[in-house]
Amino acid sequence: MFEDLRDLYQEVIFDHNRNPRNFRVMDNADRKVEGFNPLCGDRLTLYLKMDGDTITDASFQGSGCAISTASVSLMTEIVKGKTEQEAEDLFKKFHEMTTGKDEKFNLEAVGKLAVLAGVREYPARVKCATLAWHTLDAALKNEQKSISTE
Amino acid sequence: MTNFPVEKIRADFPILAELIRNKPLVYLDNAATCQKPQAVIDSIVHLYSHDYANVHRGVHTLSVRSTDKFEGARTKVKDFINAASDKEIIFVRGATEAINLVAQTYGKANIKAGDEILITAMEHHSNIVPWQMLCEQTGAILKVAPINLKGELIYDEFEKLISEKTKLVSVVHMSNALGTINPVKQMITAAHAKNIPVLLDGAQAIPHMAVDVQDLDCDFYVFSGHKLYGPAGVGVLYGKQALLEDMPPYQGGGDMIRKVTFEETEYNTLPYKFEAGTPSIADVIGLGAAIDYLNAIGMGKIAAYEAELLDYATEKAKQIKGLRIIGEAEHKGAILSFVLDKIHPHDIGTMLDSLGIAVRAGHHCAMPVMDFFQVPATARASFAMYNTKEEIDVLMKGIESLIEVFG
Repeated sequence: MFEDLRDLYQEVIFDHNRNPRNFRVMDNADRKVEGFNPLCGDRLTLYLKMDGDTITDASFQGSGCAISTASVSLMTEIVKGKTEQEAEDLFKKFHEMTTGKDEKFNLEAVGKLAVLAGVREYPARVKCATLAWHTLDAALKNEQKSISTE
Repeated sequence: MTNFPVEKIRADFPILAELIRNKPLVYLDNAATCQKPQAVIDSIVHLYSHDYANVHRGVHTLSVRSTDKFEGARTKVKDFINAASDKEIIFVRGATEAINLVAQTYGKANIKAGDEILITAMEHHSNIVPWQMLCEQTGAILKVAPINLKGELIYDEFEKLISEKTKLVSVVHMSNALGTINPVKQMITAAHAKNIPVLLDGAQAIPHMAVDVQDLDCDFYVFSGHKLYGPAGVGVLYGKQALLEDMPPYQGGGDMIRKVTFEETEYNTLPYKFEAGTPSIADVIGLGAAIDYLNAIGMGKIAAYEAELLDYATEKAKQIKGLRIIGEAEHKGAILSFVLDKIHPHDIGTMLDSLGIAVRAGHHCAMPVMDFFQVPATARASFAMYNTKEEIDVLMKGIESLIEVFG
């Protein structure tokens, strides 16, 4: 019935929505930032554990749509073990992929985050996918405040 | 269904024939804005093709024609809400501007530090923020009458909040997020017993029921044209003449003056005192055409038909496991706000869109209502006179399928 939506709602996204990874409070977090999308009410709190400039652990709490939940769940998996610079580079690539300006974007550059490429076709949903990454960006810049997509 | 001519009405709305994602459009976002009948579209095309010039200014033929049509629309609005005089009908951009106008003119002139403005917990942001701004400017205090879990005003609490300090009551006639219709007549009587004027935000109520401002005895009534099957960009502020006479003007400019020198300016009479600058002429005339269209059907018949639609939708929705209706007031208009277990409203919105169904997903510009029900957002199907039971079936089938997909 929802054939048109297969690119947007891939099975991996349903899986992460049903069973979000790293969905927990981190008591000894070095960074903690809240992200908020006032358009749809999505809220998340992102926790990072750092060792020097390396992210050793990432977790989150909050509520959001399937796209935003899957995006933050996937992100917490993929940034573990990455340096701040590597994570920022990935954010840039993810942003390029989801805002869809480059037709020849190489999906291999973002690994399993490629399942979120479908949001390109749904401008109203791009912010659902990027909220996690904007929050990460704020956490890496050590902005101890809430960030908003608006 | 009663013999309501819904198929004939549907044929008058060209957009309803549109295919969305290759499926027939099921437009259920009427609380956000309504679609337009051909008569409204034609009135605008006809004006620009044959009669258009600026109003109230020229002696030439086209200016006279435009002015006649423009003022004719004012009379139609007056009759539609049964105001006492054309002077009580002020054209603005929409309900939002009308409330801001009252806050910044009546409010600034009459409300001082320590005074109170009373609203309810189910207001749209447009009936919260203008008063917060006024409170910031004057030191007045905003009081909020609470609602219960069905989404109804707790009337006793409302009455208790009316005090000697209350200087204005501003409440929604029908809630956009919940569908609740407030007992406005009773509320107005209670406020008037203490000589407190009442503003009704009629943005949602106006397309769903006959509104008689003299019978209600409200002091201000505001609504937007685009929710009444008319064009966006025009709205109405109704105010009792005596109140409007005493209010200072809102914006300065052309049309709102009688005489200007560099030393002083004499303001124009009502309603022009509040209509500075060239108005949205075609939109006002389009609103008049929408009112003609609605009058030909009859607001009473529309209300009865929509009540049947809402009953049908509510009954069907209650059969869906995991669906929770937000807003179950005894007295409510044709709005079905709901949430689904573990499925975010945004996902509902996107999935239904892929089936050609337009619903709103979000906070409906009523974040305090969302906080009260402890949901980040809801999905909202809002019905209009051109919707059908068959469309409700398509919606419900869509909801059932997406629940299945999400598993």
